[in-house]
Amino acid sequence: MTDITLPFAPVEEVGKGSYLDEGHTLTSWLTTTDHKRIAVLYAISITVFFFIGGIAIGIVRLELIEPHGMLLTSDAYNRLFTIHGIIMVWFFLVPSIPATMGNFLLPMMIGASDVAFPRLNLLSWYLYVIAAAFTIYVLISGGVDTGWTFYPPFSSNYSNGHVVAAAVGVFVVGFSSIATGVNFITTTHMLRAPGMTWLRLPLFVWAMYATSIVMVLATPVLAMSLLLIVAERAFGLPVFDAAHGGDPVLFQHLFWFYSHPAVYIMILPAMGVVSEVFACFARRQVFGYGFMIFSIMAIAVIGFLVWGHHMFVAGQSQLANLIFSFLSFIVAVPSAIKVFNWTATLYRGQIGYEAPMLYALGFLGLFTIGGLTGLFLASVPIDIQVTDTYFVVAHFHTIMVGGSVSAFMAGIHYWWPKVTGRMYNEFWAQFAAITMFFGFNMTFLPQFIMGWEGMPRRYHTYPEVFQIWHVFSSAGAGILAVAYLMPLIYLALSLKYGARAGDNPWGATGLEWQTPSPPPKENFKRQPVVTASPYLYHETGRPGTPHETTPMRMQGEPQ
Amino acid sequence: MSLDRFITAASDYAQRVDEFFWLLVALSTGIVLLLSALILIFMVRYRRDSNAPRGELPEIYRHEIEIGWTTATLFLFLFIFWWAASDFLAASTPPSNALEIHVVAKQWMFRIQQPGGAREIDELHVPVKTPVRLAMISEDVIHDLYLPALRIKKDILPDRYTFLWFIATKTGAFHLTCAEFCGTNHSQMSGQMVILEPQDYARWTTAQPQGDDLAHRGETLFRSLGCSGCHAVGASVHAPDLNGLYGRTVHLSDGRTVIADEAYLRDSILLPNTDIVAGFAPIMPSFKGVASEGDIVELLAYLKSLSAGTAGKGAQQ
Repeated sequence: MTDITLPFAPVEEVGKGSYLDEGHTLTSWLTTTDHKRIAVLYAISITVFFFIGGIAIGIVRLELIEPHGMLLTSDAYNRLFTIHGIIMVWFFLVPSIPATMGNFLLPMMIGASDVAFPRLNLLSWYLYVIAAAFTIYVLISGGVDTGWTFYPPFSSNYSNGHVVAAAVGVFVVGFSSIATGVNFITTTHMLRAPGMTWLRLPLFVWAMYATSIVMVLATPVLAMSLLLIVAERAFGLPVFDAAHGGDPVLFQHLFWFYSHPAVYIMILPAMGVVSEVFACFARRQVFGYGFMIFSIMAIAVIGFLVWGHHMFVAGQSQLANLIFSFLSFIVAVPSAIKVFNWTATLYRGQIGYEAPMLYALGFLGLFTIGGLTGLFLASVPIDIQVTDTYFVVAHFHTIMVGGSVSAFMAGIHYWWPKVTGRMYNEFWAQFAAITMFFGFNMTFLPQFIMGWEGMPRRYHTYPEVFQIWHVFSSAGAGILAVAYLMPLIYLALSLKYGARAGDNPWGATGLEWQTPSPPPKENFKRQPVVTASPYLYHETGRPGTPHETTPMRMQGEPQ
Repeated sequence: MSLDRFITAASDYAQRVDEFFWLLVALSTGIVLLLSALILIFMVRYRRDSNAPRGELPEIYRHEIEIGWTTATLFLFLFIFWWAASDFLAASTPPSNALEIHVVAKQWMFRIQQPGGAREIDELHVPVKTPVRLAMISEDVIHDLYLPALRIKKDILPDRYTFLWFIATKTGAFHLTCAEFCGTNHSQMSGQMVILEPQDYARWTTAQPQGDDLAHRGETLFRSLGCSGCHAVGASVHAPDLNGLYGRTVHLSDGRTVIADEAYLRDSILLPNTDIVAGFAPIMPSFKGVASEGDIVELLAYLKSLSAGTAGKGAQQ
């Protein structure tokens, strides 16, 4: 275990001359075009929404302790799980890693001074805020009860919730995603430092690049389908209304054409983060770097071809079911390869167990469970039994929450000293990481079981036979809530009381670490020139030495 | 309520699904154990500053490992796909002599119409060891009939028929519920499926409030709605003959051919100008708003009874 000790005492001002020192007024933050400050703005916004979405599901889990629905009306229950889904998907998970760590780190990792379109970057945050305002309006004006999936004809003609406002919010936040995606693609193509070839890009950059492509190509389809829902609900255009020759299943095709790739928008960045963390804390280069790039791109491309596996029971033809089932198995192959590669990265390493590594190991375990249960769902007969049950709920939470949030936390802790110049409290961080892993499994393993037994999702009341599992799950959710609150507290405290981190506390090799922490506004004081591949944690051909740092990726150290 | 109402495998298909499920569980557990063991061994052996030797792997060896586990994974996944697909395909087509039961779903109930004429709400009585085919349609939003004991479910769509079929092998009462979110009382849209011995099913059917069977009710409607004015043999209006129509190939005026299945018949009643039969004028009025979903079920049962001996025998039992 680590022997870093953190005296909880104020230390002298850090960050002199850094991006944090470029202006202390609110206006200086709200009008900034610095990618690092925009990343911080995003981080604050998505944290607020994470906790709003968390409170909504907290009430739901409380209600589900008892099978007959003692606390809430059915309408209130339906609105709570809907707002939980909408907020967590579009206002937390989709922007989570790309808009915060991607924004902060992508330019630094490729040796650029900012993203390609800094003002577009700020606009994307404002779009997020406008969309967030719609969602807050929906929340305080009584909510929406369609589920995050907005299926017509329920959403278009039957729901009495604020469907239009909710759809407009999601529509607008989609443009925020697109802006981020366009920015990252252009930045990666145009602004790489001299010597930063494609095969010297850190895997985090590759993951961001793949994610951005998916964002740019898939999100417009979501925008279209939501616009059609609004057109039908508000203006009576019967696109999905079967009574007038429309087709409600068409919406499902359009929606999942976005929303399946969207799960890769949520998981690819997580894969990028843990690749960096495993390499740094195992002091090894990532095993199979080329295969990792190939897997990332394969997942991004094949991910567009599997949307029909959400519709095995929606009256789709049997041939379509088989094709989508087949492609879903194919897309699982690159994911499996990544798990093997991360495992092999540990082999012959010098493994340290600071909090980022614990979170990354948590990711590895949960991603494996989530991925294997994905094989169950790709099999048509099993999917028919468990789709629309808690099995599916548990599956996608294990990937998207267990996986992505664990990776998000790994990244937050790993780059915290980079962003703030201070260290967090290692003991509490390790404690929170372990608590989160156990809380997560306690919440969702029971859901796999009851889902297989036949407990449908989105049920306010339920047969008593499932109560035992719901009680376990709710208890797990309580532990998870504590695990999520702990980082909020110790990270906030570290801003004032954390020890000075130094420029490179982990001895990491990434370009982002070869500059002061927190970095200056222009990131690098001199143009970095890259001379070697990433992850030079050990020299090829000889054993790695402990705590070895090899910042040989740059010429002309800025000193 | 006992868990048996959910987890009993009440058909051969359900048993096959269970076997496949447990095979996958075993495989997954094996993979998880293998990976966990590897990770734990690496975590301990290669912890920072341990004495374990740390040589370098030759590059060629690394490639072989990568290609090896990629291929192995691919073949394993293809094997699972093949198993799943063959189970699924084996269960894809119902026998033509299946007992046909209609399900009309609406917020928040299932209305079941037995071929013998009995109507049920949120209850579905079926005979054991007999092929049963459910033809389902919704009157409002999308619902989904989920029969956990049979390991099957299917969405129920507005304005389009979807089907489920099964051969139950166990008698008893099992859970039946809606699995697609359909609004306020979605979680209360449930009931039970009662699987009976054939003779008990016959006794149950006769004990129901007497009424004409579906096909006869359909015949009455066929007259009262005025269909017979044109479609009856000898009518003065030139309209297609409906005898033996169900299941037949129909040639349309625009050159297409369609099979006269439930969807086609239903569309022809509600949207008569969509598929014009070759050689006929588009003069039929739409019965949208005139015939309810329940009426259409009865009309279809009558039309199927006119094709007795080819398909849709269920309607006549």
